[in-house]
Amino acid sequence: MYARILGPLFACLVFTLAARPAVALDLDVSEFKLANGLDVVVIPDHRSAVVTHMMWYRVGAADEDRGKSGIAHFLEHLMFKGTPKHPPGDFSRLVRINGGVENAFTTQDYTAYFQRIAKERLPLVMELEADRMQNLVLTNENVLPELQVVMEERRERTDNSPSALLGEQIDSVLYAAHPYGKPVIGWMSEVAKLTRDDAVNFYRAHYEPANAILVVAGDVTPDEVRALAEKYYGGIPNPFPVPARVRTPEPVPIAERRVTLRDDRAATPYWQRSYLAPAEAKAPGREALALDLLADIIGGGTQSILYQKLVVEQQIAAYAAAWYSGDSLDYGSFGFYASPTPGVDPQKLEAAVDAIIADVLTKGVTQDQLDTARTRALADSAYVLDRQESLARMFGVALATGQTVRQVLDWDKDILQVTPRDLQDAARDVLELRASVTGLLLPASKGQVAGLPGGQPVAPDTTQN
Amino acid sequence: MLRKLLLKVLAFVALSLAAALPSQAFQIEAVMSPGGIKAWLVHDDEIPLIAMNFSFRGGSAFDPAGKEGTVNFITGMMDEGADDLDSAAFQKLRDRLSFKMSFEAGPDDFEGSFQTLSKNREQSFDLLRKVLTKPRFDADPQERVRRQFLLSVRDKDQDPEHIAGAAWMKLALPGDPYSRETDGTEASVAAITAGDLRGAHQRIFNRKTLQVAVVGDIDAKELALLLDRLFGDLPEGSEPPAQSASGFANGPILKTIDRDIPQSIIVFGGPGIRRDDPDFIPAYIMMEILGGSGLSSRLTNEIREKRGLTYGVGANLMALDRLGLVMGSLGTRNEKAAEALAVVKSELDRMAKDGPTAQELADAKTYLTGSYALRFDSNAAIASQLLGIQQQNLGIDYVATRNARVDAVTIDQVRQQARRLLHADALIVTVVGRPTGLTN
Repeated sequence: MYARILGPLFACLVFTLAARPAVALDLDVSEFKLANGLDVVVIPDHRSAVVTHMMWYRVGAADEDRGKSGIAHFLEHLMFKGTPKHPPGDFSRLVRINGGVENAFTTQDYTAYFQRIAKERLPLVMELEADRMQNLVLTNENVLPELQVVMEERRERTDNSPSALLGEQIDSVLYAAHPYGKPVIGWMSEVAKLTRDDAVNFYRAHYEPANAILVVAGDVTPDEVRALAEKYYGGIPNPFPVPARVRTPEPVPIAERRVTLRDDRAATPYWQRSYLAPAEAKAPGREALALDLLADIIGGGTQSILYQKLVVEQQIAAYAAAWYSGDSLDYGSFGFYASPTPGVDPQKLEAAVDAIIADVLTKGVTQDQLDTARTRALADSAYVLDRQESLARMFGVALATGQTVRQVLDWDKDILQVTPRDLQDAARDVLELRASVTGLLLPASKGQVAGLPGGQPVAPDTTQN
Repeated sequence: MLRKLLLKVLAFVALSLAAALPSQAFQIEAVMSPGGIKAWLVHDDEIPLIAMNFSFRGGSAFDPAGKEGTVNFITGMMDEGADDLDSAAFQKLRDRLSFKMSFEAGPDDFEGSFQTLSKNREQSFDLLRKVLTKPRFDADPQERVRRQFLLSVRDKDQDPEHIAGAAWMKLALPGDPYSRETDGTEASVAAITAGDLRGAHQRIFNRKTLQVAVVGDIDAKELALLLDRLFGDLPEGSEPPAQSASGFANGPILKTIDRDIPQSIIVFGGPGIRRDDPDFIPAYIMMEILGGSGLSSRLTNEIREKRGLTYGVGANLMALDRLGLVMGSLGTRNEKAAEALAVVKSELDRMAKDGPTAQELADAKTYLTGSYALRFDSNAAIASQLLGIQQQNLGIDYVATRNARVDAVTIDQVRQQARRLLHADALIVTVVGRPTGLTN
């Protein structure tokens, strides 16, 4: 019993696993670059006559200008609004009547568009995607209603949800200077003022082949994909130099920070601690692998240290877990969350978590703990193989966040090199209070019964069309 | 492999929009064990995994009064110890073997989903056998799980979407077992005993209502032996007792539930049809055009695309064993709730009056037939589909014939279903939030 209550969060963690290099197998992945700079990755999966076609742009919310938060995600919505050749609605209708499904998503570092469709229809979706890469037409007639849609999306995902609001507040404090502190969907005050011109400018500054990665997974050969990619994408010019991604680095963190959200709508208290951590692509040596395994040992599942100590033995938490998320360009995060048992002071829970952290810092982990975590990680990567879309996403995320296909493929070898010492070093590097924000969600005091813990774990900061 | 072949043919047929597949192309094998246990199998050894989905009849609608949440409680106890293994011993082994196991309590069925690496399959299935036949329901884990379910219940009681949906069921089907909370209430979860769990386990886990679908790296002969090993020790059992339906409330009904949130959640609907209704497919196509997935449905087009009133709106058929529902939902800022609901009603009216256009019907058919193959793109997905087809009693040839059935639907059939199912003037509606212009 665990995954059920943690359903939403587990989905997020599973995604994290699936989205980082984690393939213990000999995948025959090909990569090449077209003359105009478009990167192409081909992942064969011949089990069914279906393809997953994904276009990843190296631009996300962290690339927005000051005062324009939410524009990357808003443009993602507007990319469905048509071109001279394919008027509004035509793109989605064509994908649909050809038996395809489509969507798009935006994060701090990338914006991706994808379709899943019968392999014979790969030329069709390439034609459509290539067309909207160059020829998007935006008018106030279709931009203004869509802005209202995005504002509804923010209300639905964030403003209606105390736990989502807490997550947004924690991130805004964790990043003092770096743009990761802004929510991907944007602050409502700024989203409400976004205009057609903002969207057009953002499109014209970021969308071109040299700033994109094409990932095709499915029942195709690299030669087929190369020929099709040349035909549909090869002739697209790059109207501007690929923009540098200038983001203010975080100053060295010097102060532990706290965020408390009191909200009448929260059913139960919820506690979380987030630490600034290295991004996977920037972490030195084996540190990112070590952090993955460390998170699993401390707080992955019902046999983890946190769960066993806090939920099973001390019974001061209803659930407790840990994460490491490194699929980003500049910084990752490492953290813990838990929900106090009714009547238990969240401070007592926090002290118990801190005692566990202190123990790991001084004693490290055992070889046995490491071996079990490694076995689980290797098995998870085998399950990823079963889903074509997950495979495509895994490579897309890796490339869009500064990793290489080689790193993804070597993951199963690299993970074997990790030692208990690596985990202890990683813990000492990352788990410093001065680099952390401790967040607490409390039901407002008035008339509150002794709270059961709860709160949906904070959703990943990914926003979909 | 087999699946590849099958889906190639499937995709081809889908795209040619032509006739059905010959059923033998699918290679879904009906397997019977020496002990008489049946399963459907797609043998595919391309990746070293096995996926197994199974279900028993008798879901949470059969919870005893005052003990709502019992069947759901069992789902939380399945990895908390079985036979000679206590909770910790079981979970350590599970982690080492790295199989994936989850259970779900639906209103009618109790479902399990299991995936293992081929290399660990003997040991993994041995643990599954223990879980199915000899769960322990020990006191310590039971209290732990109870705390978690109480928490979950309390969280859901504050979740606007859950509040709106649960209130809608109570309003539409007063007194019906389907209208009770699947997860129970704080009081009922607190009252569930180990004896209740054992009783429910004995009632549900039987060979009579077992259905199994297996996909992956295992052949028919191996599966036949495995079925007896896994399920052979279960009692023969019986179908769950018949339950009488209370009948639908007469609409129109509008109920608003005050919550201090910026976006109102609106749930709307009325009576629908069961899956065994002869007109289910025309009705399904009609609902797809009205409120289906993607950006192309009428509701999405009118409410989201044209007016910017919502991030998400949808409506579909919910087919339960005893009855069916037409149900939809949307979220919109409080001040627009009345307008959004008015558009929903006018779209229901428009569809009921005129039905879809010929083009809409043609588009829906090519989408539904063309995208059917996407539902079969992983071992886990195929196992889930094949179990669903068995649960709905659609027959082993359904995968092969389904697209032809969709293609055969006429516009008159769809119009007829729209008239039959869509009644804007009798709509049952719940709204959670601070909607302006809507009152009970």
